[in-house]
Amino acid sequence: MPWRLMRFALSREHPEGRMFRTYADLKDSYDVVIIGAGGHGLAAAYYLARDHGITNVCVLEKGYIGGGNTGRNTTIVRSNYITPEGVRFYDASIKLWEDLSEDFDLNLFYSRRGHYTLAHTDSALRTMRWRAEVNKHYGVESELVGPEFIQRELPMMDMSCGGHAPVLGALYHAPGAIARHDAVAWGYGRGADRRGVEIHQKTEVTGISVNSGKVHGVQTSRGFIHTEKILCAVAGSTPRLLSMVDLQSPIYIHPLQAMVSEPTKPWLNPIIVSGSLHVYISQSARGELVLGASLDPYELHSTRSTLDFTEGLSAHILELFPFLSHVKIVRQWAGMADMTPDFAPIMGKTPVEGFYLDAGWGTWGFKATPVAGKTMAHTVASDSIHPLITKFSLERFRSYALTGEKSAASVGH
Amino acid sequence: MLKPYRLPPMEGEWIDRDKSVIFKFEGKPFCGFEGDTMTSALWASGQRFLGRSFKYHRPRGILSLANHDVNVMMQWGQHLNVRADVTALASQMQVNAVNTTGGLEKDQSRIFNHLSSLLPVGFYYKAFHSKKLFPYWERLFRNITGLGKVDLETPRIFTPKDYDFCSVAVIGAGPSGLAAALAAAEQGADTLLIDENPQCGGSGHYQRGGDNALWHATKQLLEKVEAHPLIRVLTSTVAAGYYADHWLALVSERKMTKLRAKSVVFATGAFEQPAVFGNNDLPGVMLGSAAQRLMYRFAVRPAQRAVVLLANDDGYRLALDLKAHGVEVAAMVDMRPEGAAQNPFSKSLTDQGIPLYTGCCVYEALPAKEDHVVGMARVASFSDGKADLATVREIQCDGIIMSVGWAPAANLLYQANTQMRYTDALEQFVPGELAPGIFACGRVNGLYNPDARLRDGQRAGSAAAAYLGFGKALEVDIAPGATCPSFPWPMVSHPQGKNFVDFDEDLQLKDFENAVQEGFDNIELLKRFTTNGMGPSQGKHSNMNALRILGRLTGQRPDAVGTTTARPFFHPIPLSHLAGRGFHPERRTPVHPRHVALNAFFMRAGEWLRPEYYARAGCNRSACIQEEVAAVRASVGLIDVGTLGKLEVFGPQAVELLERVYVSKYANLKVGMTRYAVMCDEAGVVIDDGVIARLAADHFYFTTTTSGAAQIYRELSRLNAMWRLNCGIVNHTGAFSAMNLAGPKSREVLQQLTAIDLSGGSFPYLAVREGRVAGIPARLMRVGFVGEWGYEIHIPAEYGITLWDAILDAGRPFSIRPFGVEAQRVLRLEKGHVIIGQDTDGLTNPYEAGLGWAIKMDKPFFIGKRSLHILSKQPLRQQLVGFQMPQEYTGPPPQESHLIIHAGEIAGRVTSIAYSQAIDAHIGLALVAPDLALSATSFEIRLTNGGFVTAQITSLPFYDPDQMRQKESTCA
Repeated sequence: MPWRLMRFALSREHPEGRMFRTYADLKDSYDVVIIGAGGHGLAAAYYLARDHGITNVCVLEKGYIGGGNTGRNTTIVRSNYITPEGVRFYDASIKLWEDLSEDFDLNLFYSRRGHYTLAHTDSALRTMRWRAEVNKHYGVESELVGPEFIQRELPMMDMSCGGHAPVLGALYHAPGAIARHDAVAWGYGRGADRRGVEIHQKTEVTGISVNSGKVHGVQTSRGFIHTEKILCAVAGSTPRLLSMVDLQSPIYIHPLQAMVSEPTKPWLNPIIVSGSLHVYISQSARGELVLGASLDPYELHSTRSTLDFTEGLSAHILELFPFLSHVKIVRQWAGMADMTPDFAPIMGKTPVEGFYLDAGWGTWGFKATPVAGKTMAHTVASDSIHPLITKFSLERFRSYALTGEKSAASVGH
Repeated sequence: MLKPYRLPPMEGEWIDRDKSVIFKFEGKPFCGFEGDTMTSALWASGQRFLGRSFKYHRPRGILSLANHDVNVMMQWGQHLNVRADVTALASQMQVNAVNTTGGLEKDQSRIFNHLSSLLPVGFYYKAFHSKKLFPYWERLFRNITGLGKVDLETPRIFTPKDYDFCSVAVIGAGPSGLAAALAAAEQGADTLLIDENPQCGGSGHYQRGGDNALWHATKQLLEKVEAHPLIRVLTSTVAAGYYADHWLALVSERKMTKLRAKSVVFATGAFEQPAVFGNNDLPGVMLGSAAQRLMYRFAVRPAQRAVVLLANDDGYRLALDLKAHGVEVAAMVDMRPEGAAQNPFSKSLTDQGIPLYTGCCVYEALPAKEDHVVGMARVASFSDGKADLATVREIQCDGIIMSVGWAPAANLLYQANTQMRYTDALEQFVPGELAPGIFACGRVNGLYNPDARLRDGQRAGSAAAAYLGFGKALEVDIAPGATCPSFPWPMVSHPQGKNFVDFDEDLQLKDFENAVQEGFDNIELLKRFTTNGMGPSQGKHSNMNALRILGRLTGQRPDAVGTTTARPFFHPIPLSHLAGRGFHPERRTPVHPRHVALNAFFMRAGEWLRPEYYARAGCNRSACIQEEVAAVRASVGLIDVGTLGKLEVFGPQAVELLERVYVSKYANLKVGMTRYAVMCDEAGVVIDDGVIARLAADHFYFTTTTSGAAQIYRELSRLNAMWRLNCGIVNHTGAFSAMNLAGPKSREVLQQLTAIDLSGGSFPYLAVREGRVAGIPARLMRVGFVGEWGYEIHIPAEYGITLWDAILDAGRPFSIRPFGVEAQRVLRLEKGHVIIGQDTDGLTNPYEAGLGWAIKMDKPFFIGKRSLHILSKQPLRQQLVGFQMPQEYTGPPPQESHLIIHAGEIAGRVTSIAYSQAIDAHIGLALVAPDLALSATSFEIRLTNGGFVTAQITSLPFYDPDQMRQKESTCA
C-alpha cells in the first residue's frame, strides 16, 4: 500500500477539499468564456490558466462536469492515424497523456495496453500498411503484423472468426491505451479550479451576442456575461451553438453507442479493434469489457439506445471471442457524435472574431483531450492558430483542403 | 430428512419435496429440492455465509433474494457471475463463490476489510499513479477486482431468437399486473403477460402476514388469467429493455424474443430498500421481502430469532409472517417516532408480548462469536440520522429483518421516456406523464395498499386496451394508502462506518459524505465518483438511498436532486442471447461449383467468394497467376465477374437519372453502345465506377463495382425517390451471371456459340448487343478492362454454369484458361486501369486519378459538379502515376501502401504493384505529389524494413498504349 493513503486512516475528518468550487453568481465579465465542461473545455481552461496565465475564465456547463461524450466514450487513446497532421497531433496528445496523472496528482488509470486493428480483407491490409508506414515516418510505434504474431500475442482469439472473416493481419500500435474517462475531466477541472477558473454547472447558454462580427457576450440561463472571447467545446451540440453566431459547418450529428459487461477476472490486455466486424473491445481495470461499434447510420440528436446495436455487436464479439458466450452485458448507452466529412476535427478560429471552435470530434475526441486543450488554449490566448491544428480549420471545407482520416477511424463508419 | 430451516409444507410453495437435488457449494455437499434456488437450498441447510463482497471481501448472505443485489454470486463451471438467489438448483451442480482467493472461508483478500480505513471512496484516484509503478499497481488491481472467471475453453453458445407481437404487453405478473392483463383481455385485446419469476403472483404470493386477502385475490386472478383465451403468459422471462415504439427485449434462459407490442403496461413493482446501519451486511441481515420469499416460495425459515427493523406498516405484517412460521421475534424496532406505529397489526404483536421500540434504530449489528453471521442487534433511540448511544440495548438474534421502504422498479419506465416526480405522501418517486401507449400500475405507480394495487391494475389494463380501440376505459376509484410505505431517512451514522448503502460496490454512508465534500454533489457525478449503482445490480437496492443522502447533504428535495438514467438492461443479459445464432451471408456466384472443381483458391470480396486464382499441381501461387495472365494475352481466358453490381433503369427519365449521378454524358450515348461511368460524391471524391450500356432510348443496363453494388443501388433508389424521376431501377446483381471472355482468340471462341455478327464493323469496341449465346438469352458488351479484345456476357443466373461450360468447351482448341481476380489485377494494371478504392482513397477526385477526361462540365447538374468545378481550378493535391522497377532489381518488391519519400517527407504511396511478364518488371500505380509527377523521372519508395528502392516514373498504360489489341488486325 502506498504510504500516502495513511493520511486517510490517520485523519479524523476526510482530508480532502472540494475539487471544484461552487459560486452563487456569475461575474459580469470574464476574459474568456468556455462553453462546455467536458474534457476538452476543461483542458483548455487548465492550459489557459497554467501556460498562459489567463485565469479570469468561466466554464459554462448545461449539465454536469464530463457528462457529455467525455463520460460516454470507450476511452481508447491512440495515435495510429493516417494523415501527417493527424499522426503528429494525436502523438502530441499521447505524450501529454503519459504524464497527466502525475501532473494532476490524480490517478487517471492511464494504461498502455497495445492496440490491434485487425484486417480481414486485402484492402484493410493495404490500409493498415499505409497507416503503419505513415506512423513510423513520424516516429509513432506502429507495425503491420501477420497472423502468427497476432495468434502468439492473443492465443485465445479465434483467428478464423468462426470461419466467416479470417484475420489476415493487423496494425499493431504499442502506445494504444485506455484511461478512466471521468477522472480526466475531474483532473482538468480541479487543476483549472485551483488556478482560479470558475466552473459553473447547470448553467445553459441560451444565446451569444455578436456585434459587428465580434463576440460581445453570452446569454445564459443565469444571466448575461460580457466577454470578447468564447471557446465553444460542445461535441454533440455544435450545430446548435453555431447557429447562435450564424455560422455553418458540415457537421452532422450521429449517435454512437457502446455497452459494458459485468466485471470478470483479467483475460484481455490489449485493445482489439476490427473494422470489418465493426467492433472494439478492451477490458477496464475493474474487469469490465468495454465494447463499441460503428456509428448509427443516420442523423439523430438523441442519446437513445437501440437493441439491434447490442445484437450486432455481440454477434461480432463472439466471432472473435466465442468463450464470452456466458458473459453478461450490464448496460448500454449512447453519445452524440459531431461527424465531419473527412473524419478530422474542426479547430481554431472562425469568421466571427473572438469565437473559437473546438468541434467535429466525431468518434475520436477523447484521445485528443490533452492536445486539444493545449492547442486551443494557445489559439485563444494568442489569437493565432497553433501550428499543430492548422489543417483542422473550419475554412478547409470551403477550400477543399480536407484532412482525410476516414480510413483511420476505429471501425468502418 | 428435513433440514433445520426447512418449514413444513406451505400453501403455494415452489419446491417439489419429492425431488431432492444434490449439489456442492465450495466443495461441500448440500441437498435441496427441485424448485429451490441455489441460495434457498443453502439457507435451508443452515449455510448463512454465501459470498464475499467486491471490495472489502466481507462475508455476505441473503439481502433481497431477488437479484436486486449480488451478495451471492457464483461460478458454476463455465457459467460466471451466476445469481444464486434466483438460479434454479440443478442436480450435481458444483458452485463456488466468485472473487475469493483460497475459497470462501479462507479468502486471503479478506485483509482488505481491515485496511478499509486506508481505502476511502475513490482511494484509487489518489495514489498508485507514479509513472513507473502504475503498471505494477494496475496488474494488482486487475487481479483483485473482476468477479467471475472467464473460461477460455467455453464454446460459442448459439441461442435462438424469435419475434412476437401482441396488443397489450403487461410487464410483471404480480397482483396489479394480473389485474391489468385480465382487464385488457376482457375488453378483447390479445395480451401477453411477462414475469421474470418461474411462477406468477409476484408479491401477492408472499405478502401475507396478518391479512391473506391479497394472496387470495392473487390466486383468483391467476386462475382467471390462466383460463383466459386472449392471455398468454411468459414466466422466467425478463423484460430486459424497452426501446422506441414499444419494442421489448424478452430474455429467458433459452432464447431472446423481440416483442412489438401496441401498448405496454408496466406493473413492475418495487425494490425493497435496505436500512443503513453498522454491519448491515452481515449474513442474517436481510430485507423483509427476502424473508417472505424464503418462507412462502421455498418454505425456508429465515432465522430462528429475529429483530424486525421497520419503518412502515409492512414491517408489522412481516413480523406476523415470521411469527407464524416459527421465528421468534425478539423485538420490533420502528424507526418512526411514536404514533406512527399505531395500526391493527402492531397491536396484535405487542399484545403477544413482543417488545416494540419506536423512534429507535438498529445502530449496528454484531457478529456471533467466532462466526460470520449476525449474533446481536444493538438498538438505540434514533433521531435525525443519529443513534443515541446512551440508550443502546443489546438484543441477541440470528437475524435482522428490515422493512423500511421501497423504490419503484421504474427502470423500463425511464427507458420509455417517463419523467418521475417525488411525492411527499409516499416519500417516493412516481411516474409523471406517460408517453402514448405506456401505462403503469401498482407499486411502481405509487400504490401500495393491496386493494388499490388491484384496482389500479384493472384501470391500467382497461386503459391500455381502450387506447387500442378495445372497449372503453373503466372508471376506477382508487384510494391511496393511508400510511407512507417508505421512510425518508433509514440511515444511521456510525463512526466505524461499515453501514453500507451499495452492497455491490461496498459503499458506506461516509463514502457519500466524503464524495460530496470533494465536490461530487451532483447525482451523476456522485454516481461516477463513488461508483454507486454501477455494480452488477445497477443500483436497484442503492440508488434511492444515495439520492436521499445527496438531498440531505446538499439541502435539496429529492426532486431537485434528480435521478440517474436507467439504461438497458434491467438485468444483465448474456452475450450469447444478444448475439443469437449470428447472420453471415456468404455469396457465391452461379458458377461457384465449377470454380471448386477447377481448384480455385477463393478470396473474399465483401460477402462474395471469388476465385483469386486456380491452383494447378506443381505451380505456386504466383506461377499460376502468371500462367493465367499469359493465357489471356496470348490466346483467351474466362473470368467470372458475376459479383459486379448489375442494375437496370427504365423509363422516360432513365437517362436523366444517369446524367445526374455519373460525371459523364449519357444523353448522347447511342443505343447499342456502352460508356465508362464514374460516380463522385458531393465533395467530388470518386466513389464508384462501372459501364453503362444503352439498350433503348429509355432503357439502360449498367454495372457497379462489386463492393459498391448494394450501396449504389440503395443510394440511386433514394435519389430517385427524392427527385421523383419518371423511371424505375431494378437490381439484377444476384439474378444475373456475368463472365468476361478476353484475349485475341475470344471472338473465335464466342463465334462458335452465337449467331450474332461479331465482326469489328458490326460489333465494334464499346458496343452492346443482345442475342443468344449457347442458346441462352444474353447481353454482350465489348469492353476491355484487361486490355484485350473481349466480351462481357450477362445472362440469367440459372444459366451460369451452362454458359461457363459451353465457353470452356468451345475454347478448348485455343487452350482457354479460366482466370481469377489476381490475374485480372495484373492485366488491368498493365493497362493502367484504376480500381476505385485501391488506387483512390477517401479524398481522391477524378482529376487526381487520371479520370478528369470523363467529367462533362457542360451538363446542367450532376452530383459533385460544384465541387469538381472548384477543384478543377485548384492545383492537384496528388496525382496517379505509373511506375516501374528496374529490370535488374532483384530485391523484395515494394508493397501496396509503401510510401514514396522525397526530401525526407512523405510524397505519395504505392497503390498497386505487380510483376508484369509483358514488361518483365514490377509495375505499379502510385498517388504522388504533383510536382514530383511533373518534374521527376524516378522516386524513392521506402520498404517496411526502412530500406529504399528507386522506381522509374512511366507513362500509362504500360501495355498496348495505342489500343492495337482492340483493332481487327490484331484479333484476326
